[in-house]
Amino acid sequence: MAELNAHIPEGELTEKWTKLRSSMPLVNPANKRSIEVIVVGSGLAGASAAATLAEMGYKVKCFCFQDSPRRAHSIAAQGGINAAKNYQNDGDSTYRLFYDTIKGGDYRAREANVHRLAEVSANIIDQCVAQGVPLAREYGGLLDNRSFGGTQVQRTFYAAGQTGQQLLLGAYSALERQIGMGKVEMFTRHEMLEVVVVDGKARGIIARNLLTGELERHSGHAVLLCSGGYGNVFYLSTNAMGSNVTAAWKAHKKGAFFGNPCYTQIHPTCIPVSGDHQSKLTLMSESLRNDGRIWVPKKKDDTRKASEIPEDERDYYLERRYPAFGNLVPRDVASRAAKERCDAGYGVGKSKLAVYLDFKANTERYGRIEANVQNIHNPDKETCMRLGREVIKEKYGNLFDMYAQITGEDPYELPMRIYPAVHYTMGGLWVDYNLMTTVPGLYALGEANFSDHGANRLGASALMQGLADGYFVIPYTIGAYLSKELATKPIPQDHPAFVEAEANAKGIIDKFFAIKGTKTVDHFHKKLGKIMWDKCGMARNAKGLTEAIAEIQELRKEFWSDVRVPGEANEFNPELEKAGRVADFIELGELMCIDALNRNESCGGHFREEYQTEEGEAMRDDENYAYVAAWEFKEGVKFELHKEELKFENIKVAQRSYK
Amino acid sequence: MSTGNMNLTLKIWRQKNTKAKGGLVDYKLSEISPDMSFLEMFDVLNEQLISKGDEPVVFDHDCREGICGACSMYIDGRPHGPKDGITTCQLHMRSFKDGDTIVVEPWRAKAFPVIKDLTVDRSAFDRVIAAGGFISVNTGNAQDANNLPIPKVQADSAFEAAACIGCGACVATCKNASAMLFVSAKISQLAQLPQGQPERYRRVQSMVAQMDAEGFGNCTNTGACEAECPKGISLENIARMNRDFYSAKFVSEEDI
Ligand SMILES: Cc1cc2nc3c(=O)[nH]c(=O)nc-3n(C[C@H](O)[C@H](O)[C@H](O)COP(=O)(O)OP(=O)(O)OC[C@H]3O[C@@H](n4cnc5c(N)ncnc54)[C@H](O)[C@@H]3O)c2cc1C
Ligand code: SF4
Ligand code: FES
Repeated sequence: MAELNAHIPEGELTEKWTKLRSSMPLVNPANKRSIEVIVVGSGLAGASAAATLAEMGYKVKCFCFQDSPRRAHSIAAQGGINAAKNYQNDGDSTYRLFYDTIKGGDYRAREANVHRLAEVSANIIDQCVAQGVPLAREYGGLLDNRSFGGTQVQRTFYAAGQTGQQLLLGAYSALERQIGMGKVEMFTRHEMLEVVVVDGKARGIIARNLLTGELERHSGHAVLLCSGGYGNVFYLSTNAMGSNVTAAWKAHKKGAFFGNPCYTQIHPTCIPVSGDHQSKLTLMSESLRNDGRIWVPKKKDDTRKASEIPEDERDYYLERRYPAFGNLVPRDVASRAAKERCDAGYGVGKSKLAVYLDFKANTERYGRIEANVQNIHNPDKETCMRLGREVIKEKYGNLFDMYAQITGEDPYELPMRIYPAVHYTMGGLWVDYNLMTTVPGLYALGEANFSDHGANRLGASALMQGLADGYFVIPYTIGAYLSKELATKPIPQDHPAFVEAEANAKGIIDKFFAIKGTKTVDHFHKKLGKIMWDKCGMARNAKGLTEAIAEIQELRKEFWSDVRVPGEANEFNPELEKAGRVADFIELGELMCIDALNRNESCGGHFREEYQTEEGEAMRDDENYAYVAAWEFKEGVKFELHKEELKFENIKVAQRSYK
Repeated sequence: MSTGNMNLTLKIWRQKNTKAKGGLVDYKLSEISPDMSFLEMFDVLNEQLISKGDEPVVFDHDCREGICGACSMYIDGRPHGPKDGITTCQLHMRSFKDGDTIVVEPWRAKAFPVIKDLTVDRSAFDRVIAAGGFISVNTGNAQDANNLPIPKVQADSAFEAAACIGCGACVATCKNASAMLFVSAKISQLAQLPQGQPERYRRVQSMVAQMDAEGFGNCTNTGACEAECPKGISLENIARMNRDFYSAKFVSEEDI
């Protein structure tokens, strides 16, 4: 069994990273040129890591399944990125970002990692601005900030509703610069299907060229998995269609432990499901909660239009239940509160599975301010609304357009209807402080690892973490490993481990075509998604989870005996790609339920109905569950639990309160 | 599975691979809901094709919310279909009528060869960016972000150019298959920012050279690209790029 040591540096919390960084073994420039690093993924984590490692002199090979690294799923992030800059002079600091993140994660994250994240957060903004990323600015020419959930300061930097796009294009341009210089070799439309482990160390991957179907062997001195999150295990989520767990799961099967698989983030503000045909769900950024007020009618089964419901018959339930944070409570809290209202019969819209997100009050308020700026005195309501609309448009225009496209309704006129949807996965490959998995030489970065967000991620912190990992953490920590690898010759690709891994990948593909079943891949994916959403979603209980495990095992059997994969292996075949991903999702789904069943407490996004306070808040059990659950894969799709105890030395652990 | 009541005839370009000859194939679809997105309608079609033992239609897509730029479909003679300012994945069936016939083809341009069915190879765009679409700053060399104030108007204008999603609709709609709108968007974003100044003229020269090398056509100012761009990238960017391109000729060699 691999050893579970988080390798947290000694010393004061605030000095751990600085000390480690300055004592880290280095690799000299001449040696770097002969060291190859494989980076799987070109999202924020992958692109920033690949570009930076190449700048430092390593030979890098980077992989993505899309046709261009610029289309990685990070492109879709909307609202913003956090950084402890304190530009607003509202009392922000590294410590406060650290504290908010630990508390937001419901005391289930590692202190040392989170503190490091807060420390490097400011550098990220500097780096991105230097690259020409056009973040939003104020009239004075300085950077603007907005608020996100779970904090009382304004530390979120943004570029309208396209922050992820702009940050990714920054990292992508840095990556393309290295590609142009021949220092990164880019493999687009390639999917990693196996990690190759030689003598206990990660030494390469097997990747399928998606256009030709050819299986390729790629060797390297280290392998970085930056392959994103696994929210699509639920079939419907806000993730891109291709987002998957395959890279992480194959690594898991080769010995990398999987950390906290059950921690899933259900985002409170998404466009509700409109029918069976739905293929994905669309997020309405958390930044909207800055200016939108969430409410439902006070009367049950109220069928009146929103505009016909007078002010005093509206229940602004978040403001009512959580006066201190109001509409800006963390996501898990806001999602559960929406579900609670809808389950109790106060939901709105056709399906009754929706609540209102209303901009009217703030539109008017902005309009009034704008009228003042424009020297219009005593403006009437109409003028205010007109001017306010312009302000709202500048802040969130693309989100409002998106909403109108999808629902056919005008959100400037009517309040948005929203409902929670699967959005992000805090769980992922277990990594130590250096971002190394339990397989030496195999690293995980970005959403693919489990590291910094505990049981609930705060908004605008994923972009921060992905770029922290890629720009500022791995370039240092990987040196510690690679400096010991200087004597390692280039890895021969005819090594038996490569032969075996390739045969394994080929075996799975052959098996798919041999089944010649009757049901499409999507059929199974939807079934899995339904089990997961119903029994391992926003609320979970022992009975449901036990049932889900049996149902998923049954589904796995059915999948492997009745799936139909059309076409051939040696051609461009997206159905084959999907089949591979769904096969891995099915196994992961089972592990998520096992993990959720094991964790007899509620924390963050993991809400076990049996463990709640009288007011319906999550009830942790710090005595028995203050640990990271790191699961080891065993032959025959079995899993063994290992525990990493979490020690809180700098923060007083308390029941989370946003009242 | 479907829940609506629209009946449609689709004429879809099918092509086995880059070398094969392609052609339009007719498909009938019924019970399509107006709430479906155009790509969800394709999902329904593909599920039916697979169940019948046929090969599904291959098309690029990923985010399905108008930001990744993958979904390149030429619908009834227009990239991304009949509505302005959106991508194919944002198009909904309520924009069509019961009984419509819809023709769907891939992007057509020499620099974008068809890979299979509706999928094309747009890697030429990446190579144009690799030629100079960046600011040369290694990680770790940045000063404090607020040490460099940038007027809001300028920053906003750079952002508008940076909103390009690299979809290639501008190339697909242009009778010359010119990539000027795409290339100028990046050049113009960086040329409007102080950080972009040191490499301003070198950048425009190398990106334009790469654009030409990729086989994109010339710009004859028809403006079709701007009209079809889902992100409203403005023709002003092309003008700005041209100015920089000509200025670059007069900037001394050492400055480039
Ligand atoms: C709609 C939406 C909005 C969001 N908004 C915000 C926000 O405002 N702020 C915030 O902080 N966070 C936000 N998030 C979360 C954040 O965007 C993601 O967590 C983050 O971008 C993930 O980055 P990543 O680099 O880890 O992975 P990704 O960007 O998902 O990249 C994964 C990469 O891995 C590649 N890959 C995957 N599997 C394989 C394989 N098997 N072989 C080869 N390549 C592979 C892909 O091609 C891709 O290049 C949002 C998420 C969504 C869904
Ligand atoms: S300029 Fe417009 S049409 Fe051209 S690639 Fe960019 S977003 Fe697409
Ligand atoms: S699928 Fe991403 S823009 Fe259409």
